[in-house]
Amino acid sequence: MSVVFEHVSAAYGARVVLSDVSASFAKGAVTGVVGPNGAGKTTLLRAALDLMKIASGTVRVLDKPLAQWSREGLARTVAYLPQGADAHWPIRARQLVSLGRLPHRALFAALSSVDAFAVDAALERCDALQFGARRMDELSAGERARVLFARALATSAPILLADEPAAYLDPSHQLRLMELLREEASRGTAVAVTLHDLALASRHCDAIVILDGGCVAGQGAPEAALSDRLLAQVFGIAALRTKDPSGGRGALTPWQRL
Amino acid sequence: MQRAVSIERPATVADGAKMATVVLCMLVVLFFAISFLLGSSNLSPGALFGGLLSGHGAAGVIAREIRLPRAALALVVGAALGASGAALQGLFRNPLAEPGVTGVTSSAGLGAVLALYFGLAASSAFLLPAFAVTGALLSAGILYLLSRGGAGAMALVLAGVAIASLATAMTALALSFAQNPYAMSEMVLWMMGSLKDRTLSDLAFSAPLTVIGIALLLTASRGLDALTLGEEAAQSLGIDVASVRGRVVVGVALATGAATAAAGAVSFVGLVVPHVLRRFYGYEPSRLILPSALGGAVLVTAADIAVRLIAPDGQLLLGVVTAMLGAPFFLWLIIRLRSES
Repeated sequence: MSVVFEHVSAAYGARVVLSDVSASFAKGAVTGVVGPNGAGKTTLLRAALDLMKIASGTVRVLDKPLAQWSREGLARTVAYLPQGADAHWPIRARQLVSLGRLPHRALFAALSSVDAFAVDAALERCDALQFGARRMDELSAGERARVLFARALATSAPILLADEPAAYLDPSHQLRLMELLREEASRGTAVAVTLHDLALASRHCDAIVILDGGCVAGQGAPEAALSDRLLAQVFGIAALRTKDPSGGRGALTPWQRL
Repeated sequence: MQRAVSIERPATVADGAKMATVVLCMLVVLFFAISFLLGSSNLSPGALFGGLLSGHGAAGVIAREIRLPRAALALVVGAALGASGAALQGLFRNPLAEPGVTGVTSSAGLGAVLALYFGLAASSAFLLPAFAVTGALLSAGILYLLSRGGAGAMALVLAGVAIASLATAMTALALSFAQNPYAMSEMVLWMMGSLKDRTLSDLAFSAPLTVIGIALLLTASRGLDALTLGEEAAQSLGIDVASVRGRVVVGVALATGAATAAAGAVSFVGLVVPHVLRRFYGYEPSRLILPSALGGAVLVTAADIAVRLIAPDGQLLLGVVTAMLGAPFFLWLIIRLRSES
């Protein structure tokens, strides 16, 4: 297990956002974190990045408690794509992706050949190599999302956490994104992704963690975790289940409110 | 084929940056020379440069004691303000952030006036710049608190208006109580800035402080690049965002404080220069700091030359020229930012 949460609780002031959460993100797998708005999905990822100080419990990254990680060491190990990520200056796509190499570079050091290779590889994997020289404000929303995702890949971290990367993407780009996450996992990366789209989560994730009001409501393989009872209890919905005609993993479609 | 594209284009970008840097360096040398040669005495350029090197005779005194401090201070003041503007804009991810607009300059001016009019400046040559830097640091501290909350453009500008008004009012108050017959003209001098009658001792404190300030800003440069992605992403890349903020705020306070202690409050340099240069440096905050220092040096030297050409009697102040250039530019920027959002 690459990331393990043991009885983790956290709060923003008086508001408890995670309570006694025990979960894990496995190496080589895509773990989907789902739950209603305000369930604590983002906080869970932030806790693994040490961006959110937890009140109690332990977070282990590669079997080492978070407290024992150095800032730089953690930055090289866990790559993070925040929700609604965007570039604040219209820098060139390739420059933006090369920011992902910052944890590997000394102060004032130029991009090494290893860095340049990682940047090119990340751009290539996201089909973004052809607009590496374009400015961020010249790209479409889908293209920007690919470049920002490439930035997270460029770190070459063994753990990748992505917060709502599928939001604001059209269906084709959403599917491409899930393929990219799958490819990353097949390289041995532990991938965790928060998703609102239960159809994407059920079809493209290997494991699901369902959060509700800061507590783990269920976890496991998608078919088992996203049971009818749990969907009713957590989301207040009933779902339509579809089988994959080619024998792959099926999917569920949120069908009606209960 | 695709790879060839990605390798080819950044090279042209780098050439653009190199070209811009070369032009900036040439302009610095050119304007410095013009500024040095411009003055009321009818000395030939040869005599002045000879005097600068030898230090002998009337030419030596004029070159070393009058012309050099003024020309060199224009470079230092411009470099301090240009680099400060670039760093503040990077920190706030906002092209409106600038020492003048955010009230740092007027607060530094207040500090300098307090030191002058309560007689502290006479007891030690370093108290005046120390007070100016302290004034800058106080207002920059307020900016620090604002930046922690991720202040929007509007909050930043409004806070700047409040800080600048308060500092200006307190400057006026201090001067009224000082009962100095020259108080009014002195006040205008501090609020608008001037490089008239500066000495080598002004240069002696402002140059090192500016260098230290800019060096501090440069250590924050990769953090500023990372902040392009937002604070959370920057932190996840191993950047200590609080330390980046602290270094920018202290660096800006040192540089702007030193510049203001030497020349009074010269506004809008830090606004115009980074904005004009940004495109040549790929919009990357880290690459913009030093070019903005060069650009600021060019702008302030050019403005000081203009001041002397337009009004050789010394009635026109430096800050008037930069404000007449910068304020309409500021308005245009706000209108453009509004239409974008």
